[in-house]
Amino acid sequence: MAVKKISKEQPENFEFSKKNKETADSIIKNYPLGKQQSAVMSLLYLAQKQNDNWIPLSAMKYIAKYLDMPYIKVYEVATFYSMYNLTPVGKYFFQVCTTTPCMLRGAYNLVDVCKRKISEEENRLSEDGKTSWLEVECLGACVNAPMLQLNEDYYEDLDSTKLEQIIDKINNDEVPQPGSYRGRLSSEPENTRKTLIGNKNA
Amino acid sequence: MLEDKDRIFQNLYNDFGADLTSAKKRGDWKNTKEICGKGREWIINEIKVSELRGRGGAGFPTGLKWSFAPKEVGSRPHYLVINADESEPGTCKDRDILRFEPHKLIEGCLIASYAVNAHKCYIYIRGEYFNEGQKLQTAIDEAYNAGLLGKNSAGTDWELDIYIHYGAGAYICGEETALLESIEGKKGQPRLKPPFPALIGLYGCPTIINNVETISVVPTILRRGGKWFSSLGRPKNTGSKIYCISGNVNNPCNVEEEMGIPLKELIEKHAGGVIGGWDNLKAVIPGGSSMPLLPKETCETIKMDFDACVENKTGLGTAGIVVINKDQDIIKCMARIARFYKHESCGQCTPCREGSGWMWRMLERMAKGEATRDEVDMLLDVTKQIEGHTICAFGEGSSWPVQGLIRNFKDEIIERNKFDPIVKKQKDIPYLVDQHLLEKENA
Repeated sequence: MAVKKISKEQPENFEFSKKNKETADSIIKNYPLGKQQSAVMSLLYLAQKQNDNWIPLSAMKYIAKYLDMPYIKVYEVATFYSMYNLTPVGKYFFQVCTTTPCMLRGAYNLVDVCKRKISEEENRLSEDGKTSWLEVECLGACVNAPMLQLNEDYYEDLDSTKLEQIIDKINNDEVPQPGSYRGRLSSEPENTRKTLIGNKNA
Repeated sequence: MLEDKDRIFQNLYNDFGADLTSAKKRGDWKNTKEICGKGREWIINEIKVSELRGRGGAGFPTGLKWSFAPKEVGSRPHYLVINADESEPGTCKDRDILRFEPHKLIEGCLIASYAVNAHKCYIYIRGEYFNEGQKLQTAIDEAYNAGLLGKNSAGTDWELDIYIHYGAGAYICGEETALLESIEGKKGQPRLKPPFPALIGLYGCPTIINNVETISVVPTILRRGGKWFSSLGRPKNTGSKIYCISGNVNNPCNVEEEMGIPLKELIEKHAGGVIGGWDNLKAVIPGGSSMPLLPKETCETIKMDFDACVENKTGLGTAGIVVINKDQDIIKCMARIARFYKHESCGQCTPCREGSGWMWRMLERMAKGEATRDEVDMLLDVTKQIEGHTICAFGEGSSWPVQGLIRNFKDEIIERNKFDPIVKKQKDIPYLVDQHLLEKENA
């Protein structure tokens, strides 16, 4: 379960790169004038992406100034939502869904693989410092359970062997193909499709 | 069973591709101009005739909701907000619409915006659906380039801009007022209602909030007529619906079917049956994790629509069907759901913040057989203390599954947790904690 801890080691300064500044300004324009605070979530994402997938306190202070809002409001948002990492995570960040629909189809086997092959505890970096894993709540792909999210991609219809193969590939710095690992293209029933049959070979 | 020609989401399994050209081939954007040309009254009335009910879980009539928006735009602009924060365990229908049918959603946004006088539309997508959001953004860009959005959207003379706002992994932001708070850049904590968002919503302006599936079916309804839609299903439970069948079935899948299809048909026919055969069925959660589970006997006969589910003391919710067979430990399954709610409670109201943790811890102990017999009733009491005592419906959502478990499987829990601290039958225990109770009896 995600525990919100603030990292003890914090970089002194943070500033958006030139490209991110442009992106940030265009995001702010999506919201009415004077409501720039709405952009705080997107800006936190930008900061997280720029800073190796975690948000330091200096970035929150920077965003607070950038959007002309109190620092504590940014801090509130960053600590409320579970997708903002406030401590360093691996370059390859596995998030295993273990909520009931995935659990019914063996999500805890995936957790065991992660414990064995990545690190004993969740949210702790592996020995080479490249990967880490976390148990998360429903990721909204219940029909393709069990599944996990690796950085931004979904890996679906997994089992222990397939996850082991994925982790092996990651350890060799290859990024495996996202999507279903039983050859499904979407959430259609395997083999027994009864609907939209005329479309099948469209 | 619904015929293929009556299915709204023809590209549910991505047979054709999601781009604008193939979407147009399926009939999207065909006569948007004429539809809007018939006027707001006609659109809202046609939706009322179709008896479309919100697909996000609560099942509120959509036409009625739209008619709550002020007729004239005053000093404050109107907003349309689309709820794509699909986080209910067991539900993954909106993801497929975002991936494969984005143009149905965008066209629906245009028509709905026109109907409620909104020039700006925000689509709130959960942060985990980053790739789906990118696909939707591609579709929005396509629509802008083709002149279907912007100053004169699709020749309707209506100006509409659509923006995507990403959430960041908070289940509670699926609650409409929490979602608005989140768009405003705050913590996602629900607001008190009233005032309802239709009058005071996003930035204090009139706002209509609808689920992705609700908005995506609107263009087809208007094209084929509200009467056609209401001819499917039964009165007050009309139309078709995407059902997500997950859990212990042979072929978990999403499928669009008519409202009121028997649950058994969905499981047996579309999902390839329960693993281990129908007799191996233990229970079914019919509408996403918030809804009370159904025992096997009810599953035999129940029809999947809003009113039939309520009659059976549960709810259709989001139609995320989770099948649990006898190989699973039902108490453990519910304990995991309780953990989900404990994790996702926003912490604003005390009964929910504290109670969700209590329920989780009690259920964990019950799953291990470490609880006492009277704790079962205590647990039921805790759920009653949460239900109805919170700002939003999360209180109900977290306590109903536990109530459903106790209602249907109380014997099984007691069987596992037999220990009775009030010693009545076990008189040979040497140290009686509750000695006075026995003495009273003797007195």
